[in-house]
Amino acid sequence: MKNGLKKFTEAVAEKILMFSSGITTLTVILIVIFLFKEGMGLFSSSDIEDGYVLAVNRENPVDRLTPEESMGVFDAKITSWKELGGNDEDILVFRLNDITNYADENSLGDELQFLPRVLDSVIAAQPGIIAFIPQQYADSSFTGKILQNGTITAKSFFDGKYWYPTASPSPLFGLLPLISGTLWISLFAILIALPFGLAVAIYMAELADQRTRKIIKPIIELLAGIPSVVYGFFGLVVLVPLIQQLFDLPVGESGLVGSIILAIMALPTIITVAEDAIRTTPRSMREASLALGANHWQTIYKVVLPYSLSGITAAAVLGIGRAIGETMAVLMVSGNAAVIPSSLLEPMRTIPATIAAELGEAPTGGIHYKALFLLGCILFILTLIISISVEFINTRKKA
Amino acid sequence: MTTPSNMCITSRNVNFYYGNFHALKNIDMDIAPNTVTALIGPSGCGKSTYLRLFNRMNDLIDGARLTGEILINGRNIYDARIDVDELRKNVGMVFQKPNPFPKSIFENVAYGLRVNGVKDKKTIEQRVEESLKGAALWDEVKDKLKKSAFELSGGQQQRLCIARALAISPSVLLMDEPASALDPISTLKVEELIYELKKDYTIVIVTHNMQQAGRISDKTAFFYLGELVEYDDTKKMFLNPAKPATQNYITGRFG
Amino acid sequence: MKKKQVSQNIAFWIFRLFSLMVVGILFWILGFIISKGIQVIDWDFLTQAPTDGMTGGGIFPAIMGTLYLTVGSIIVAFPIGVLSGIYINEYATNNWFVKLIRIMTTNLSSVPSIVFGLFGMALFVNTMGFGDSIIAGSLTLGLLTLPVVIRVTEEALHAIDDSFRTASYALGATKLQTIRKVILPMALPNIMTGLILSIGRVSGETAPILFTAVAYFLPKLPDSIFDQVMALPYHLYVISTSGTDLAASRPIAYGTALVLIAIILVINIIATLLRNYFGKKVKTNF
Repeated sequence: MKNGLKKFTEAVAEKILMFSSGITTLTVILIVIFLFKEGMGLFSSSDIEDGYVLAVNRENPVDRLTPEESMGVFDAKITSWKELGGNDEDILVFRLNDITNYADENSLGDELQFLPRVLDSVIAAQPGIIAFIPQQYADSSFTGKILQNGTITAKSFFDGKYWYPTASPSPLFGLLPLISGTLWISLFAILIALPFGLAVAIYMAELADQRTRKIIKPIIELLAGIPSVVYGFFGLVVLVPLIQQLFDLPVGESGLVGSIILAIMALPTIITVAEDAIRTTPRSMREASLALGANHWQTIYKVVLPYSLSGITAAAVLGIGRAIGETMAVLMVSGNAAVIPSSLLEPMRTIPATIAAELGEAPTGGIHYKALFLLGCILFILTLIISISVEFINTRKKA
Repeated sequence: MTTPSNMCITSRNVNFYYGNFHALKNIDMDIAPNTVTALIGPSGCGKSTYLRLFNRMNDLIDGARLTGEILINGRNIYDARIDVDELRKNVGMVFQKPNPFPKSIFENVAYGLRVNGVKDKKTIEQRVEESLKGAALWDEVKDKLKKSAFELSGGQQQRLCIARALAISPSVLLMDEPASALDPISTLKVEELIYELKKDYTIVIVTHNMQQAGRISDKTAFFYLGELVEYDDTKKMFLNPAKPATQNYITGRFG
Repeated sequence: MKKKQVSQNIAFWIFRLFSLMVVGILFWILGFIISKGIQVIDWDFLTQAPTDGMTGGGIFPAIMGTLYLTVGSIIVAFPIGVLSGIYINEYATNNWFVKLIRIMTTNLSSVPSIVFGLFGMALFVNTMGFGDSIIAGSLTLGLLTLPVVIRVTEEALHAIDDSFRTASYALGATKLQTIRKVILPMALPNIMTGLILSIGRVSGETAPILFTAVAYFLPKLPDSIFDQVMALPYHLYVISTSGTDLAASRPIAYGTALVLIAIILVINIIATLLRNYFGKKVKTNF
């Protein structure tokens, strides 16, 4: 009987442990479900603001506008219908509150009950008009032409050069400026961090004596422990003014400062992984090299480094992964201009910074909200690729 | 008896310590040029430690200390003015397990030349070929010099390591149980090679294998608990050892 | 001197110099924040609420908020993480389930913290209806920490020599008994050290709580786990980038940064001491 109880306890304990260890898997699955469910919603959304339509005069031959075109029209960069494949007619931009320029307030009725009719007649009277109006006014009695709206496509997202999520009437969700900002900042960060990280790793693994190592190890750990907001704050109050003065920039917040801060933040990862890799070089190989008359440095760069190359590559890739996903520090120091950068000294915007800066203002479930979740998906996939490549590098090493 | 001046390696009153551990005690030993000397003894007797004194490999160990002197070709190798890299170039070493570098066959042999400043391509190619021939490996690998050294069999790898050691033209060749990780056929090939190499090099070999010591060496030194118990012609030692400890070891009563 | 000796000297001095610079960077950051922050910190700063639109007063609600969130995420992550670690190292055979868990744990640990923020918002705040709250923030932070806790536990258990397990079995102990009475007590110091370090991480995280828990300003402390809180890292972010009067709130930002740094310093020192203390007492196969 006592034995049976013992067995029962053992079995229950094992089941509990097994269940706990399933939670990470569950979390990953939930992350994928929630991220992609919200994010993919973007692709079936209308490309103009929800509940609104664009209307033109009945005689106008233009049937539809791309989001870029309608932005051009409403920003008064495109002024003639000719540019859009229509008649040689000047474009007249009309928003609902412009109605008072065409009709006096009394004619709209006390409860605006005549508004749709007045609107209809204004549109009928102006051959060059383009009106951005609520969908409810364009009912069956409406005589103007409603432009067909498209949906946001994967192409327009992945290939889009503009990120104007709150533009009206057509918000633009183009990934290019954000992904290029992310890659510029991260890759340059690794370019800065790698020589330093490698140097410290070699120093720790090959040169430092036991005592020095005992001092440096906690320092690296501390460097890893400092919260990213503190790095961001330090960058903001110290590095930003410094870089601004050094390069005589209009604003100091730039991709460069982002890269420098990210480089410092990626250092602990790179150092630890690279040091471990260097230490795995078999003693026999070191001795063989020394026995051939190679000195310590020759042994390091001709035998130890090539041998630990895959580990060092893993360190660099992991560092990039950390840099790509880092949010707060970059948000605080890199200026956040969502344009495709042409120099590292310009303000730049990364994907995580965009999510952090905009999610608070995006109405839940709206098109902007979905777009930010889609950015989350992109980030998730990027880091997944990185984590898989690290795995791949590590298994190849064993083979 | 030959005078020390024509000896290749001379040890005078050598004591060696790992921290507090007295690993080698008062070793005096002369090794003649172009001979094979086998160091035998049970595990932990100090024979490998002693071998590694000749190319100062023990320098890498923290807390290691040496007294007495070791002369190679008449120079005290523990003299402060000695360039350790230069010494190691002159004293080649082959390790217990084959340990080729993760490079091509060619680059493995060329390594020692390159790190010692040889740049001329012709010279390197020539030396690589000579060394591979010297290690009796040339015919087996001449068509795949660019292939990774890891594609070779264990025995081939070990001969590659020997070729690698020969490439920098040492005068002394140290071998630390060079055949212990090999199958019998590969072992035989390595032994034949050692016999050949004797013409050009002074060879000191550590081995666990009595028969091997008997087959290949001219002289044998028996170490026990850090002391050099007996050192004599191999034939004499195996047939008629002077000390009972040697007798016990050779006949397998301990080890 | 020989050429190769010269190049060795140059290379080694570069390594030493770079290492010194990395150490220097840390001391620069620490020194800067400590020297600026120390002028601001006094008893009132630590015990008062912010006043005058974040340009006066203290950071007490933010300290408490971070405390709540940290404790909350510990409650979520530690039990599950330690149990998972035990399962993976002690029970798991190399079947598909374990492989899946390993892959998923690695992947989870590489997910950026802002993605956890998005996820927490979608699941805990919106779908489960917790709203911005301590519980939503703690759950999000907890899941973020989970892979770290699992790895720490796994490594600590892995470091214990198998001979101890065999010896325990040989005395007739069951698996569970062996884990509870022999393995866990031996691994505990290492697990503790890792967990303490992970607390440091959690307390400084900003991105995951941005949309799940924090508020810019709250006049009073939360009443329940379903209330919003202020938090130190978010506080620092807000008052250094988007406050009403950046210049006037700068001293408070320095003070907040110093408090954050102090937390990390204390945690790291405790972890190091713990490791050194137990490191001598516990024999592992390292």
